[in-house]
Amino acid sequence: MHAMMEISTLHYLVLGAALFLLGVIGVLTRRNVVIVLMSIELILNAVNLNLVAFSRYWQSLHGPSALHGQVFAIFIITDAAAEAAVGLGILIAFFRNKETVNVDEVNLLKW
Amino acid sequence: MNPSLTANPPVNPPVATPFFFYGLAAIMIIGGILVITRKNAVHSALALITTLLAQAGLYLMLYAPFVAGVQIILYAGGIMVLFLFVIMLISIERQEKERQFNKQWLVGIVAAGALGGLFIAVYTTTAKGILFPPVGRESYVEGQNTQEIASLLFDMHKGMYMFAFEIASLLLLVAIIGAVVMAKKRI
Amino acid sequence: MNDFVQYVSSYLGSDKTPGAAGNFFWATVYVLLVFVGLSVAVIAMNWLERKILAHMQIRLGPMRVGPHGLLQPIADALKLLLKEDIIPDGADKIVFWIAPFIVVLAAFSVFVVVPFGQTHAITDMNIGILFMLGVSSLSVLGIVTAGWASNSHYPLIGALRSSAQMVSYEVAMGLAVVSAILMTSLNAANTGTLSMIGIVEAQKQQEIWFLFKFFPLGIIAFTIFAIAMVAETNRAPFDLPEAESELTAGFHTEYSGFRWSLFFLAEYSAMIAVSSIAVTLWLGGWLRPFPNALQGSTWDLAFSLIPGLTFLFLGAICFYNTARMPKHPLFRIQTIGLAGFGAVLALIGLVMFLQPVRDRVGDIFWFSAKVAGFMYLYIWYRGTFPRYRFDQLMKVGWKVLLPTGLALLILTAIVGMRTELVAQVREVFR
Repeated sequence: MHAMMEISTLHYLVLGAALFLLGVIGVLTRRNVVIVLMSIELILNAVNLNLVAFSRYWQSLHGPSALHGQVFAIFIITDAAAEAAVGLGILIAFFRNKETVNVDEVNLLKW
Repeated sequence: MNPSLTANPPVNPPVATPFFFYGLAAIMIIGGILVITRKNAVHSALALITTLLAQAGLYLMLYAPFVAGVQIILYAGGIMVLFLFVIMLISIERQEKERQFNKQWLVGIVAAGALGGLFIAVYTTTAKGILFPPVGRESYVEGQNTQEIASLLFDMHKGMYMFAFEIASLLLLVAIIGAVVMAKKRI
Repeated sequence: MNDFVQYVSSYLGSDKTPGAAGNFFWATVYVLLVFVGLSVAVIAMNWLERKILAHMQIRLGPMRVGPHGLLQPIADALKLLLKEDIIPDGADKIVFWIAPFIVVLAAFSVFVVVPFGQTHAITDMNIGILFMLGVSSLSVLGIVTAGWASNSHYPLIGALRSSAQMVSYEVAMGLAVVSAILMTSLNAANTGTLSMIGIVEAQKQQEIWFLFKFFPLGIIAFTIFAIAMVAETNRAPFDLPEAESELTAGFHTEYSGFRWSLFFLAEYSAMIAVSSIAVTLWLGGWLRPFPNALQGSTWDLAFSLIPGLTFLFLGAICFYNTARMPKHPLFRIQTIGLAGFGAVLALIGLVMFLQPVRDRVGDIFWFSAKVAGFMYLYIWYRGTFPRYRFDQLMKVGWKVLLPTGLALLILTAIVGMRTELVAQVREVFR
């Protein structure tokens, strides 16, 4: 019980791992492309949580200005925005051709 | 021994931290489960917005207010608006009556289970020794968080992420051009 | 009991906001005060908008319900509460129910950091302005879901147009805000700040409102923000997505009764919120006019009498209109009501002349007066300008305001750092 009362870095890491697992399940099992993209956003968020938790741990060891994890998290958020924009653009382009948003119907190159 | 640990004794220790942590963690996990199981894409998007806002709360608990603000503005207020736009532009009624999970869902869950087993193995053996020191014991002056991040990015002497910053802006430019070209009707 | 009294009185006389001092009781009191004040302000805005628009259009506006229409907002609120709650067939019930709440949540949560005075804010986050911009951008989500959940054409198109407009003008707003934040770093330690109270402190310390700083850069930044904030809140002349003649009320077409009043409440609260941002960043927040040019205790005394004089003036207008009321027995109740209202205003004015009240109320009064000026500007725009077509609206947002904002940002940075730049150039060419 005492371990549950004191929130340590490990709590944040386990939460991040759980979210990562949920995102991986979403990517691997869903048919709708938009929901797959949203599961990818879940994965990126889990990674961000890991990074910021470690940045806090690092800060407690190396002084108040060791915020490298937070800077990394900001870059990942920027990356996620760019990737979501391009991914949704591709989705719109494909939808205009084939009128479907299911992943397993994207098979025009199949012989 | 880290000098700042003895120089600044903890003042204003965090209030009711386990309560907020477990509450926000429960919101995030439930939101995540709703994202991957809902038939309706708009419901998934709303669940994801809730997860992102709860994550911003967790960032505030980790003494990262600037990242929390960026998360709210960019992720919840920008990326999710983009998702909702696209869902509303391309959503057709027949989506909800079709199968939601693809043919290889069992293999997917087995693979995710293997990954979960790997995580459990790592967190119960290797990580145990070094990560139990509690987070948040030392309350640094929070007023300097934005300034410290800015000095890591932009300062001439202490900043080491200037190059990555410029590359990120180039990446955004490429993404803008790519999204415009992809979504045009006639190139 | 003694501990509680000790807890409550330990905050009085502190120089920090309740959130910063960690005092839950006073933070809750401030939250309730802001909530009540905001509701009163929205009700007053409803009445003022109808009367001022009417007088601009050379007509009288509501005159029947209460003296000079003063009870009209209350009648409107009663009607909205008693109306039938219609949900369109085929609408997604959960999302339809949630959408007004998201918009109201976003519009009200912003007021946690709005500084009405040096210690008169609920809390002072060190990312204050970032929090305000971020939470006010969450209202776009509510609008998009409201339009989609209505399962009908006009709301969907209205919602998509409205949210596209809001997202476009957020960029211009952000750039104008950043160029104002740059000006806060022109102090001895070269550290700027994102906290709202810190921004007003910087204006007090640099002895100039940021509106007049680096003339004309401050004024251009303020103009960009003023235009973008009108577009951000979907008000005239940028109100194509919700105008009656265009899209039959846009994204809130299918909402009736209490749900519509939530959207209405959120729209006016958002207007007050972005006006507060403009007042804090450029117009000196809670500082009285000429805080440094006209210094000294006599000027302080003169300016501190103005709140009381304003309320006495409003009371005098009420009494004048009471004298002009028709002398017919059917108008007796209205005449008495108007005289009573005037008496209440005059009484508030007299209370504001007392010394202890004068000290505390000055900050809040000047802040509210400046925000009230902005509200008048909003109503003035609505009565004066024709509506923008949607493609003209997007063109102004992306092709005019965004490049101007970028150029302004670069110019502000160069002018702010001119001494360092000159020193570095000299170093290079030595």
